Amino acid sequence: MHDGQNGSTAVPQSVDVLVIGGGNAAMCAALAARREGAEVLVLEGAPEHFRGGNSRHTRDVRYMHNRVNNYVTGLYPEDEFWDDLIRVTGGKTNEDLARLTIRSSEDLDEWMAEHGVKWQRPLRGTLHLARTNLFMLGGGRGMMNGYYETARRLGIRVLYDANAQDLAIQDGTFDHVVVMLNGQRREIKAKAVVAAAGGFEANIPWLKQYWGDDADNFIIRGTPYNTGTVLASLLERGAQTNGDPREFHAVAVDGRAPTFDGGIVTRLDSVPFGIVVNRNGERFYDEGEDFWPKRYAIWGGLIARQPGQEAYSIIDSDVIDRFMPSVFHPIEAGTVGELATKMGLDGDTVTGTVETFNRSIVPGGSFDPGELDDCRTESLAPNKTHWAVPIKKPPFYGYPLRPGITFTYMGVTVDDRARIIMHDGRPSPNMTAAGELMAGNVLGRGYLAGVGLTIGAVFGRIAGKEAARSARSR
Amino acid sequence: MQGVAEPVKQMQDLLKEADRQLTICNACRYCEGYCAVWPAMELRRTFKDSDILYLANLCFDCRACYYACQFAPPHQFAVNIPEVFSQIRVETYQDYSWPRLLARMVKHNTGAAIAITIACVVTVFAFVLIAKGPGVLFGTHVGEGAFFRVVPYAAMVIPPSIILLFVLGVFAVGALRFWRDTRGSPEEMFSWPAFAKASADAFGMRYLKGDSSGCTYPDEQFSHVRRVFHHFTFYGFTLDLISTTLAAIYHHYFHWESPYPLTSLPVLFGSVGGIALMIGTAGLLYLKWKSDRVPGDATMMQMDVSFILILFLSASSGMLLLALRDTAAMGTLLAIHLGIIAAFFIMIPYGKLAHVVYRYAALVKNAVEQRRVAEADAAHGHAH
Repeated sequence: MHDGQNGSTAVPQSVDVLVIGGGNAAMCAALAARREGAEVLVLEGAPEHFRGGNSRHTRDVRYMHNRVNNYVTGLYPEDEFWDDLIRVTGGKTNEDLARLTIRSSEDLDEWMAEHGVKWQRPLRGTLHLARTNLFMLGGGRGMMNGYYETARRLGIRVLYDANAQDLAIQDGTFDHVVVMLNGQRREIKAKAVVAAAGGFEANIPWLKQYWGDDADNFIIRGTPYNTGTVLASLLERGAQTNGDPREFHAVAVDGRAPTFDGGIVTRLDSVPFGIVVNRNGERFYDEGEDFWPKRYAIWGGLIARQPGQEAYSIIDSDVIDRFMPSVFHPIEAGTVGELATKMGLDGDTVTGTVETFNRSIVPGGSFDPGELDDCRTESLAPNKTHWAVPIKKPPFYGYPLRPGITFTYMGVTVDDRARIIMHDGRPSPNMTAAGELMAGNVLGRGYLAGVGLTIGAVFGRIAGKEAARSARSR
Repeated sequence: MQGVAEPVKQMQDLLKEADRQLTICNACRYCEGYCAVWPAMELRRTFKDSDILYLANLCFDCRACYYACQFAPPHQFAVNIPEVFSQIRVETYQDYSWPRLLARMVKHNTGAAIAITIACVVTVFAFVLIAKGPGVLFGTHVGEGAFFRVVPYAAMVIPPSIILLFVLGVFAVGALRFWRDTRGSPEEMFSWPAFAKASADAFGMRYLKGDSSGCTYPDEQFSHVRRVFHHFTFYGFTLDLISTTLAAIYHHYFHWESPYPLTSLPVLFGSVGGIALMIGTAGLLYLKWKSDRVPGDATMMQMDVSFILILFLSASSGMLLLALRDTAAMGTLLAIHLGIIAAFFIMIPYGKLAHVVYRYAALVKNAVEQRRVAEADAAHGHAH
C-alpha cells in the first residue's frame, strides 16, 4: 500500500527532476526521467485515492500501428491517423508536433505495458474503436494504478495532496516550486521541471472570466483538482500561451450529474432518438445531423449556449433501449404534456413542439441508427435530417441535459522536445510540459477518442527524457 | 414465519443497493475485461432480483473491479461491488440452506463454529471414555484394526454417512431453488457443454487469474498467491477424499483393516493431501488476515475463517494422528480428529462450502447464456 499521508520523512529540498501533476502525462514523464537515471519527485495535487487527474476517467488510447496484436483488430497507419486529426481539428494543429505525436505513438502498446498498464482484448462493447484504440483493462484508474506501482518499484517519490501554488522562474529558467503540503508552505528546488498538471476546467471562477455566470451551470466531468494553478503560474511568468481560453470540449451530460467527477457514467446519447428542447420548450438544433463522434463533440457546446445552459431530451418507448443505459433513470410520463411539466417545462408548448415535429416527418423513411438514414423532417426550423421518427408511443421519457466540460484547450506552447516556449520565442532550458497543459498544440479543436492519452503519453515521455537530460547538464 | 422477516428485509436492501451500483457500472463498463460478471451485466438493462442473485454468485471476489473503479468510495457514487456481492452471497448461502436457524447461527460468528467443534470433540471423547473406559482411550494399540478398538467401525462410518446424505440433499435442493430463482430453465440445467465450460472455469479458478497476472488480493497488487493457496486447499481436500474412498474400498472389498502402512495408497494420498490442505488453509488464513477490509464483508470474513480454520484443524489433527498412531496418544488424537471431522460435516450446509454449489450453478448459467449470445452474434454477423 502507498503512504497516503506522505509519511513522516522529510520533504526533499531539491531534486533532479520535479514532475508537477499525477496523471498519464505526468507519470510517463516521471518514469521516462527515472529510466534516464534522474532522481524524480512527483507532486500530485489530489489525495492518493483520487490520484491521476482526468486520466482516471479515461478508457482507451489511440495509437498508430502497422501491425496487429491481440488487442487491436486492424491496422491504423500514420496517414489515416493524420487525416482523422485534421478532420476533427479543422487544421487547427501544429503539423510537426502532430506528426511527432502520431509517429512516436507506435510503441505505446509495448512501452505502456512495460510500465504497468494492462490491455483488454476487444469485446462486444469496444468494437467501434477496437481497430484504432487500445483499451486499458479496468480503464484509466487501472492504468494509473499500474503506473504508480511501477514508479514505486523504480524508486520514484510521490507526494499526494501536494498543491503547487507557484513556480519561481527567472529568465525562462525554473528555480523552485512553492507547494502546500499538509497545510504547510514548502519550497522545492529542481534542476528541471515537467509541468503536467492539466487544464483549468475545474476552476469555475476562471471559466467565468470568459463565460460569465453561465459557468455556474456547467458540469465538470472530470477531476475537481484541475484548477489550472500551474498553467496560470507559467503564463504569468513568461510562458507563451497556446489556444483560445474560451474553448473547451464539452458533451451532453445528464443535468442531474454531480458538479465534479461524474466521469463517463453521466453522458447521455439519447439525442438522435428523439428531439431536444430548451427551457422554452423549443428545438434549437438538428438532432439527427451526424453520428456519435461528431454529435458527441458538439452537443455540450450547443447546450452551453442555451438559456440557463440546460436542455431536455424527449423520446418515446420505441427507442428507450437504443442507447447506452444512463446512470440516472429517465423521467417518465403518460403524455408529453405531463412529462414536460414534470421536467419543469410548459406542457402546452412542449406538446406543440412534439406535434409539429411529428407532423413534419416525411413519410416512408426506413429507420436505421447504423446509417445516415432517410427518416427526416421537412419545412421545420431546424429540420431533423436523419432518424426522425414520430414521438408517439407512451410512456414518454425525458432526460435533463447540461454541458459536461471534459477539458480546456488553452495551454502553453511547446517545441518538439516538449520545452516550454517563452515570450521571447526561445525554449526554456529546464521547463517542459506534457498532457492537457499543452495538448492544444496538437489538438487545437474538436475531439478524437483516445487522443488525449496519446498526446499525454508521447509528450510525457519526451518531457521526462528532456528534463533528465537538462538536469544532467546543470 | 416471523423469524425470516428481518433477513428478507436485509436481502431486499442489499438487492436495492446492488441495483443502484450496477446501474452505475452498466453506464461505465470499464471493467468488462476482468471477469464474467461484466459481460453478463451488459446483457441486461435493468436488474431484477434474479439477475443480481446470479451476478453476485458469479463473482469470484477477485476485487480487481474495486481497485480500478473511479467511483469507489470515498467517491460520492460509492461503488463497491465486491462488498455488496459478498453480502448477497452470505444471504444466498443461508437462504438456500436448511434449516435456516442453524445457518444463521453458524454464519454469524466464528465463535459459534468453534463452540460446535469443541462440543463435537468432547462428545466423541466422552463417548469413548464411557463406552470403552480410560484403559482403551489412553492405551497403546497397534496392528490391523487398531483404530476400531478405540472407536468401533459402525460408530465411525454410520453417523458421517447420514450427515453426508443430508448435506447432499440440502445442496441439491439449494441448487435447484437457486436455478429456479435465477430464471434458469429446466432443460438448460443439464447442458453438457455448459458443464464442461463451468468445470474448466471452476477447477482452474479462471477468474482469479486475471489477465495472467492474478487477482488483487490481499491488497491492490496483482498476485497469484490466493489462487495458489486455494488450489492447495481444494486439491489437498480432493486427495483426502480419494484417500478415504480407497480406505473404504480396502475395508469393504479386501477386508484389509486400517491402520495401513505408510507406503499404502490411502496413507500416501492422505498425507500428501493433508499437508497440501494445511499449507493451503494456513496460507488462506494469512491472506484473510492481511486482506483489505473495504471491498469485503465482515460476515463473509467470519464465514470464511470458520470454514478454513476447521479445514486446517481437520488436516493437522489427521497428520498428527498419523505421526503418533503407534503411541498411547492415538486414542485421544483419534477422538479429537473424529470430533473435528464431525463438526466439519455438520456445518457444511451452513458454511462457506456452499460457495461451491452456487458459484458452480452461476458458472453453468453463464456458459449457457454466453453461448446463446455467441450464436446470436454469429447469426447477425457480429464480427470478432
